[in-house]
Amino acid sequence: MAKQFLKGNVAFAEAAIRAGCEVYFGYPITPQTELLEHMSSRMPELGRVFLQAESEVAAVNMVYGAAAAGARVMTSSSSPGISLMQEGFSYMAASNVPAVVIDIMRGGPGLGNIQPSQSDYNQVTKSAGHGDFHPIVLAPSTVQEAIDLTILAFDLAEKYRTLVFVIADGTIGQMMEPAELPEMRPVSTERPTWAVTGARDRSHNVITSLFLGAEQLEQLNLDLQDKLLQIQQAGEVRYDEAYLEGAEVVIVAFGTSARVAQTAVKRMREAGLPVGLFRPITLWPFPEKEIAELPKRIPTLKAIQVVEMNAGQMVHDVREAIAGQVPVQFMGRMGGIIPVPEEIEEKVRLTLTPAQMPATLKESSNGRVAH
Amino acid sequence: MAVSPTDQKIMKAPAVVKEEIVYQRPVALTNVHTHYCPGCTHGTAHRLVAEVIDELGIREDTILVASVGCSVFAYNYFEVDACEAAHGRAPAMATGVKRVHPDKVVFTYQGDGDLASIGMGEIMHAAARGEKITTIFINNAVYGMTGGQMAPTTLPGQITTSSPFGRDLQMCGAPVRMVELLSNMDGTAYAVRRSLHDARHTIQARKAIRTAFEAQIKGLGFSIVELLSSCPTNWGMTASESLDWIRDSMIPTYPLGDYKVAPELVQSRK
Repeated sequence: MAKQFLKGNVAFAEAAIRAGCEVYFGYPITPQTELLEHMSSRMPELGRVFLQAESEVAAVNMVYGAAAAGARVMTSSSSPGISLMQEGFSYMAASNVPAVVIDIMRGGPGLGNIQPSQSDYNQVTKSAGHGDFHPIVLAPSTVQEAIDLTILAFDLAEKYRTLVFVIADGTIGQMMEPAELPEMRPVSTERPTWAVTGARDRSHNVITSLFLGAEQLEQLNLDLQDKLLQIQQAGEVRYDEAYLEGAEVVIVAFGTSARVAQTAVKRMREAGLPVGLFRPITLWPFPEKEIAELPKRIPTLKAIQVVEMNAGQMVHDVREAIAGQVPVQFMGRMGGIIPVPEEIEEKVRLTLTPAQMPATLKESSNGRVAH
Repeated sequence: MAVSPTDQKIMKAPAVVKEEIVYQRPVALTNVHTHYCPGCTHGTAHRLVAEVIDELGIREDTILVASVGCSVFAYNYFEVDACEAAHGRAPAMATGVKRVHPDKVVFTYQGDGDLASIGMGEIMHAAARGEKITTIFINNAVYGMTGGQMAPTTLPGQITTSSPFGRDLQMCGAPVRMVELLSNMDGTAYAVRRSLHDARHTIQARKAIRTAFEAQIKGLGFSIVELLSSCPTNWGMTASESLDWIRDSMIPTYPLGDYKVAPELVQSRK
C-alpha cells in the first residue's frame, strides 16, 4: 500500500483495525481522543464493536470481559486514565487474558496537563497494577512505527496471553507523517479453548484472578514469572542503534526524546563529535543485556547519557544494566516540555570536554533535571 | 397387620409403580458443597437461577459474571461458563462479554456492597445503555464477606461492625433503593424486588428470575431482580429469626413489587 499522510492517533487506530481488532472500549481523554473518534466511525462501519464507556474503570473492565470472551480487544487512554485502568490490568494479568492498550502519555502528576511527556514509564513497565507482573511495553518514535508496533502488539498479546502496551506521547499522537498501512487482516471468529463462550459439550470454563490458597496463589505467581522469563528469553527484546562506532558518549532514549536525540547525535557527528544513540523499542522486556554490553562493544565509550521527558525513570534501568562500568548521566524535561537538540548537545559536550564546564552552569539549570 | 395374598400380589407388582423424580440438583448447578453459612439464602437464590436456566434450556449458552462478596465463588457452583469481575465491575465485564457474544445469555450475580456501593456507576450505566444482560441482586443489608459492615442498603439504626451505634442517617444518609433507581432508566426492561423469606415469596422470586432472563432473550434491555436475603451470621440471628427480620424490618424499607416491566413482558405473561 502507498504511503499516506497520517496523524499518529489515527494511525494507531487504523493499525489496530487492520490487525483484526474486533472490539474497542474507550473513554475520551486528551491527547488520545482522535484514536477513540476514529474507532467510533470505523468499527461500526466494519460491523465490529465500538463502545464509549462511562469511565476508564468501566472501559478496562469491559476489555477484561471481551478478552475473557476470546475477542481481539483494545483500549486506549492517556496517563490519568491509565492510572484508573490499573485495577483491570492487574486482574487481566492474573487471569492470563490478552489485550492491547495504547497510552498516549501526558504531563503529570495529577491532572497535570495535556502536553507530551514520558511520565508513565514506571507506571507501565513496573507498576501497571498491584501484584507481580509486567506487561510487554512497546515504544514507537515515528508514526510508521506506531502502526508496525500496534500490529505486533496484538500478535504478542495472543502469543503470550498477556497485556501489551504501546506507549507514545502527545507529540507522536498529534503529529502527521507519511506512513504506510498494511492490508486488512480478517477478523478471527475462532475463539480460544479457554475463553467463556458457553459450556457446550465440555465442562465450564472459568476466568478468575482469585486463588485463596497460599500454595495455589504462589503457583500462579510462579507460572506468571515463568511466562515473563520466557518472554525475556524468546528474542522479544527490540531496540535500534545509530553511530555507535567509536562513540565516547552513547545517548539512551525512547519515543519522542529519541527522535530529538537522533537529531542532536547527527549534528554532533557532523561536527566531528563521537556520539552514538541507543533506542530501546521494547521498554519491557528491557534491552538490559544489550545495554550492559555497550562498554565492551565500544572500547571508546566514556559515558552513557540518558534523555527522557520525565524526572528520570528509565535511567534506573540503564544504570542497573551498566552496573557501574561507565558513568550514566541523566537529563530530562518535564511538564510537557520537549528537550531541544541544542540542550542535549550542550550536555554531551560537557561530558566530552568537562574542563569547559562554565562555573555558573549548574546541573539543574534552565528548568532541567539532571543527575 | 396381616397381609392378604391379594395385597401381596399388588405390592410385588413393579409394573404399576412409576418412579418420578420430583426434586434433584438442577443441571446448571455443579455437584459441590457451597461455602455459604447455615441459614443464608444465597443457596436458595443459586438454586432458583439454576432451575430457570434448566427450564429455559439455556445452560450451554449462558455466561455468568460473578462479583466480589460472599458470592465470589458462584463460578464454582454454576455449571456454566463464568468469569469473576473486580469489585463492583461485573456489569462492565458483562458488557464486554455480551458485546462479543450477543447471542449468549449473560448475567451478573452481585451483592449490595458490590452493586449499590462500589459498583453504583457500572450498574447505572449498564442500565442506561439498555445493556442486554440480567442482574441478580442479593440485598442482605450488610457487607457479608468482610464480616458485616454497613452497606448503602443497611437499615436506619441498624447496628453493624462499622456502624456500632446504629446507622446514623445524618452522617451516612438513608438506605439506597436500587431497583427504584434503575427502573427510571429508559434502558431498563425489567426491574423488580422479591424476597426469599418464605416459600410463597420464593416461588414469586423464581418467576421473576425467569421473566428477567426472558427479557434478555427477547432483547428488550437491561433486567434486574433484587432479592431480599438473609445473613444470620452477620445479623447475629438464628436462621428463622433472620427470615422474620426480612419480613418485619427489611420489607418496610424495601417494598416488594414490580418497578418496571416492559410492555412486551406484560403481554407474554398473560
